[in-house]
Amino acid sequence: MSRFEALTGDNAVAMAMRQVNPDVVAAYPITPQTETVEFFAEYVADGLVNTEFICVESEHSAMSACVGASAAGARVMTATSSQGLALMWEIVYIAASNRCPIVMSLVNRALSAPINIHCDHSDIMGMRDSGWIVLFSENAQEAYDNIIQAVRIGEHPDVLLPVVVCQDGFVTSHGMERVEVFDDEAVKEFVGTYKPRYPLLDIEHPKTLGALDFYDYYYEHKRQQVQAMENATGVILAVAEEFNRKFNRNYGLFETYCLDDAEVAIVVANSTAGTAKVVVDRLRGEGLKVGLLKPRVFRPFPARELVEALKHLKAIAVMDRSISFGAMNNAGPLFLELVAALALHGVRVPIADYVFGLGGRDILPREIESVYRDLLRVAESGRVERLVTYLSVRE
Amino acid sequence: MRDLTEIRWHGRGGQGVVTAGKLLAETAMAAGQYFQAFPDYGPERMGAPIRAYTRLSPRPITIHSQIENPDVVLVLDPTLLGTVPVTEGLKEDGILVVNTSMTPAEVRRVTGFNTGKVFTVDASHIAIEEMGRDITNTPMLGAFARATGLFDIQELSEQLRAWFGRRITQEMVEANIRALRRAAEEIQEG
Repeated sequence: MSRFEALTGDNAVAMAMRQVNPDVVAAYPITPQTETVEFFAEYVADGLVNTEFICVESEHSAMSACVGASAAGARVMTATSSQGLALMWEIVYIAASNRCPIVMSLVNRALSAPINIHCDHSDIMGMRDSGWIVLFSENAQEAYDNIIQAVRIGEHPDVLLPVVVCQDGFVTSHGMERVEVFDDEAVKEFVGTYKPRYPLLDIEHPKTLGALDFYDYYYEHKRQQVQAMENATGVILAVAEEFNRKFNRNYGLFETYCLDDAEVAIVVANSTAGTAKVVVDRLRGEGLKVGLLKPRVFRPFPARELVEALKHLKAIAVMDRSISFGAMNNAGPLFLELVAALALHGVRVPIADYVFGLGGRDILPREIESVYRDLLRVAESGRVERLVTYLSVRE
Repeated sequence: MRDLTEIRWHGRGGQGVVTAGKLLAETAMAAGQYFQAFPDYGPERMGAPIRAYTRLSPRPITIHSQIENPDVVLVLDPTLLGTVPVTEGLKEDGILVVNTSMTPAEVRRVTGFNTGKVFTVDASHIAIEEMGRDITNTPMLGAFARATGLFDIQELSEQLRAWFGRRITQEMVEANIRALRRAAEEIQEG
């Protein structure tokens, strides 16, 4: 059973956290934090959760407290955004390397400078090599659903990795939408009880975590981290299947929209995928064979599955809400990785990158339509004339 | 109900603009509709002009861009007319609802909006009479319901009771509902 509530994306995440009822939440409540922590603090004050809420003195300490609590054997969650994540940096890597299945809500916002608190994906893209599992969410509902699934994914014995659940800053984090909230019992049953494998507080079986580890075993530990990432894809799919069955959803590694018979398609994550669906509907109305692929799982990157879904196309556009400065053609990270995936699997579909919406610049349907119009021309000529376009920027 | 109705609210910080948008959203939800409610993503300061947005649809709403061409514009503060471009982007066949003591013809002259529909209601006057304060969001909701025909006044009153019931005194709840009903009755079209 479930009910509908009018919730912002931040509130939807807090609601999921309340239902998961983690042992520990550590967070630092200052801009650029999110309302999620405020809502959750209220749940704590109202006695709706049993969580030990640790209000620390910085984001660096927030992630440190999370790592400590997780190592002790607790189920741990936190939330952050933008500069807050940037300050966590050092410990973000440690969380993954110590195999702490922490779940973090990340409201995607730009990084300074200049100072900006609005939406783009620079924050998450900076942590893409840190060893966390990364999930994207189009709207408040998906953020809520992903948080619940993230608990099961990270804690799976074959994975034991932290999971970050992204949604677009302000666009969905502060926008109110209709959200289906499941019964507390149903969520509790789905996430189950956490049974930590190597809790430090199990003093009958003393062990050490994060100790010195030089050229003797460090490399082997890194290799095991790779194995955990490799295992994650299957676990994400298995958890999604169970979630879909129980809550009537359709989660996978990515979502496709009018893609099967499409000739050209856009690949774009988070809320912009929703806007692109409206454009697809409009252009389909004109008889144009356009489609959409919305990545859900960014880490581990499902290269083979993405190529399989896209290989029939005549042209592909990736829309990146961040830039990988100095990378090949100064393109965006999603584009670079998809180009590599297509090349690796021997698929030669013309592909172009469209950087957009940095620092919260709005992205309008007509701009997405212009990308589709470009793609249709590329499909005809077979040639990409401009590899990277900075959409709607003043030059 | 049309497939997608896009609404822009104009007011000043502290006038309950964001609350009005959310209240409308919750009313839509209670009626089984889909909605989005979001403010302009800037700093909100008491007294400064602000905007808020609402989308309503009988079907799930996936668009997440800002609203450029609203179907309906609601102006909660009469002093905004001639100060901020309230009719910017308003569809030609759109609806403009203004809290003012002016007539619709006068509002057309001031705004230059010569198509669509213009409604006026002295919501400030109603709010002061009924609630003792110039908080116009609930009377403007009544005006919105009447101008667009999207919601039944009775339905809105019930929603208002549920929404405010937890937050303010019973006396103030009833005053809000009287203001809502009066605005729906006293509204002028032209």
